[in-house]
Amino acid sequence: MIVNEKVAVDHGLKKDEYAKICELLKRTPNITELGIFSAMWNEHCSYKSSRLHLKKLPTKGKKVIQGPGENAGVIDIEDNDAIVFKIESHNHPSFIEPYQGAATGVGGIMRDVFTMGARPIANLNSIHFGSPQHKKTKNLLRGVVHGIGGYGNCMGVPTIAGQTSFDSSYNGNILVNAMTLGLVKKDKIFYSKAAGLDKPVIYVGSKTGRDGIHGASMASASFDEKIEEKKPTVQVGDPFTEKLLLEACLELMAGDSIIAIQDMGAAGLTSSSIEMASKGNLGIEINLNKVPCRESKMTPYEIMLSESQERMLIVLENGKEDQAKKIFDKWNLDFAVIGKTTNSKRIELYFDEEKVADIPVNTLVENSPMYDRKWKKAKLPKKNKIKKEDIKHLKIIDVLKKVLANPNVCSKEWIWQQYDHTVMGDTIQKPGGDSGVVRVHGTDKAVAASVDSSAVYCWAHPLTGGKQVVCESFRNLISVGAKPIAITNCLNFGSPENEENMGEFVECVQGIGEASEYLKFPVVSGNVSFYNQTKEEGIKPTPAIGGVGLIKNYKNMITMEFKEIDNLVLVIGKTEGHIDQSLFARTILDEKNGPPPEVNLFNEKNNGETLLKLIDNNLIKSAHDVSLGGIITAVAKMCIKGKKGINIKKPKYLINEIEYFFAEDQGRYIIEINKKDFKKVADILNKNAVHFDELGTITENELYINDKTKVTIDELSTSNKSWLNNYMSK
Amino acid sequence: MKSSVITFPGSNCDRDIDVALKKFGFKNKMVWHTDAELPKSDLVVLPGGFSYGDYLRCGSMASKSKIMHSVINFANSGGMVMGICNGFQILVETGLVPGVLLRNKYLEFICKNVFVKINDKKNKYFKNVDNEVLEFHIAHNEGNYFCTNDQLKEIEDNNQIAINYCDENGKIEDQFNPNGSIKNIAGIFNKEKNVLGMMPHPERMIDASLSGDDGSLFFKNLINNLK
Repeated sequence: MIVNEKVAVDHGLKKDEYAKICELLKRTPNITELGIFSAMWNEHCSYKSSRLHLKKLPTKGKKVIQGPGENAGVIDIEDNDAIVFKIESHNHPSFIEPYQGAATGVGGIMRDVFTMGARPIANLNSIHFGSPQHKKTKNLLRGVVHGIGGYGNCMGVPTIAGQTSFDSSYNGNILVNAMTLGLVKKDKIFYSKAAGLDKPVIYVGSKTGRDGIHGASMASASFDEKIEEKKPTVQVGDPFTEKLLLEACLELMAGDSIIAIQDMGAAGLTSSSIEMASKGNLGIEINLNKVPCRESKMTPYEIMLSESQERMLIVLENGKEDQAKKIFDKWNLDFAVIGKTTNSKRIELYFDEEKVADIPVNTLVENSPMYDRKWKKAKLPKKNKIKKEDIKHLKIIDVLKKVLANPNVCSKEWIWQQYDHTVMGDTIQKPGGDSGVVRVHGTDKAVAASVDSSAVYCWAHPLTGGKQVVCESFRNLISVGAKPIAITNCLNFGSPENEENMGEFVECVQGIGEASEYLKFPVVSGNVSFYNQTKEEGIKPTPAIGGVGLIKNYKNMITMEFKEIDNLVLVIGKTEGHIDQSLFARTILDEKNGPPPEVNLFNEKNNGETLLKLIDNNLIKSAHDVSLGGIITAVAKMCIKGKKGINIKKPKYLINEIEYFFAEDQGRYIIEINKKDFKKVADILNKNAVHFDELGTITENELYINDKTKVTIDELSTSNKSWLNNYMSK
Repeated sequence: MKSSVITFPGSNCDRDIDVALKKFGFKNKMVWHTDAELPKSDLVVLPGGFSYGDYLRCGSMASKSKIMHSVINFANSGGMVMGICNGFQILVETGLVPGVLLRNKYLEFICKNVFVKINDKKNKYFKNVDNEVLEFHIAHNEGNYFCTNDQLKEIEDNNQIAINYCDENGKIEDQFNPNGSIKNIAGIFNKEKNVLGMMPHPERMIDASLSGDDGSLFFKNLINNLK
């Protein structure tokens, strides 16, 4: 095939990018080379629109062993233990084919983690769908949940937490973000940097097929009406093979034969070989006839661009081939020496004894395009004045029931019951709490993880929204008694070529950066997903933050359900009554304008750290952060989970009950304490200048407000639990 | 007491059951599926997971693997063999216990706590358990037990039902049946009651910090009965 500008544009390259390729090579590339450039230079692999801004994120900290740039981030959890973790998107494929799209998303992120030598110990996910009324939503939700479960359950890794939301902006572009945590010994972490000359390059895992060719390019473009034609670009997952690959890799890693290892994810053999060569400042030579293929007559172009799953590339020490092969034979996996490292600093490919590609590695990586895209700064919207007559007729209990049954608040049990969340025998906090928690096997330590996003806040004001998501992650970890350590982010946005979408990205990243800097909660890994848009319509900006924290003794873990009758319930943090962009404003008043709640980083840090002090002093019986739906929603959930009631007395300082109960001010928690500890707790809170309200006392089975309004917890529980079940069974 | 846990490719509860058996005093050995001989054992466990990916009928590939000849001989000569979840599916495929395991009634994977009522205590698995009802944990996609009417009659006549899904008070009703299995069957024995197949995972319930602690009752009792 003759390569020209048109062919290049068909590969998703821009005309000037093609010109730059010809200039770098000082000739016209052949079709295999063009394919390689298009795979390495697309948005998904090159981060060409985002790199400039991502550089500003804080990525260092005392506990950070490895920041962004490797397969996943690594943090220190003491005693020579480390946690490897990352979140990644699989949005585009999941919309086209929900089961396989979601399944391979989960498979891909687990591979990123065990590539570094870590055994996966927990999975999480953040999934976002269109309006429940939209005709595709139900099937997409079912397919995605089955796909996530199908892969994770078979791997035997518990799915311990997640987040699901519905918003019409995802009607044409759902989001599927998968996160994995792995456990590794600090001195047994593996990296992707090749080193040494003439070292064998090994291919292991599944055979290469024609699936997923140009998957990464597909994920770097918007959708249009021809979307169905893109089905062949979706990979097909085989969790069984991945389970074997996991065990085989960990067995090989126990020895000392691996120099570098890299999984074949987006852009398959192309990106894995180039990344290893680039990091080691080496060249790589591959004989493509040696690559195990599933289908006959595959061309070099197809072999290099296939995104077949469950494959790894390894640079081995000389002479260790037989020993390594034995392990892969035991697990019935393909093993082939396909090439070697060289000092040419070029990637050289041979097929049928002919050289079919010859590209300097730096042209693909360092010289890949980087854009300073135009972007628009968002204005802070004006506050709305809520009119008394709009809320006068509202009855708190009716509103509370509606809020609890709202698709974005309701119980997601239908979803997480389909995920094996107890395999591995260390899950001590299941889905449905503030964070999932797993013990570090065989120790007293436990690791907490949570995944959060607040697209509505980010859409209303990206800078504030970006900060808020990081703070929410911080709170969710603290609520279970974990000390927050670091985050991973999955940045889901519309087209970077649209100034407003690009502005949302830039300002959300700025917000994330500011909050993580202030809270000492650095970003250690992440992924950017642009072009989440169909034709001209993009999604609400949805940065998802995965936070990880440590609990030194798992017996001190906190859960959210109310524990004991007569205990006191307090609200930590001040309630100003911010209603704009709250779930209440958007769904009950149908008011979609206004600014999101302000984020005060000082209060956020101070309130959170003070709560951790209370937990360290064994003063907290249960805790829950206040988020969507405000104080009353948080309290109702604690009642439902604990099968207890509460007698609430609203503090006098705010005039309006509705504002007090449904406002979404930030930096707040609900805590339960024993009456006899009140003075100790109040002293600590006062000493640290943390505002608190006395909210009420735990009772048997009804929620009472100011002695006049009441509802049974059973009724609230029904409101909370029925929506999703009913929706999925219709 | 000596136990052996068989690891098939795709087993993923092998470590969990190893941890549980050791916690309650068994000397446990992991046995690879291509081994020909079983080590000397007082108990053999087929663990949960997705042996061979379960791409064919669940458990059918594993039931034909090399080590299973020894396991079947061991069972036929009266040895104690317990299959949990995928292990139960493998047992029905070998024919060591009757019946089949179909896909769950609502076609979805289910992971949750359930209550089971012990139906028969005249066997080494449940003899001397004080409780009538245990809280166990299930996590499966194909646990819907089914058999022919003739088989069912035989199973009932021989008192081969081990445990049934029930509520916390031991009431066995349709609403407490998580997967549609016939007669709420959660686990069954062979005729001689040395082979037990069950869907629930007692190994996930061995610590109050986990989903519960009733698995501890089960294992403590089991090792005592084997002594």
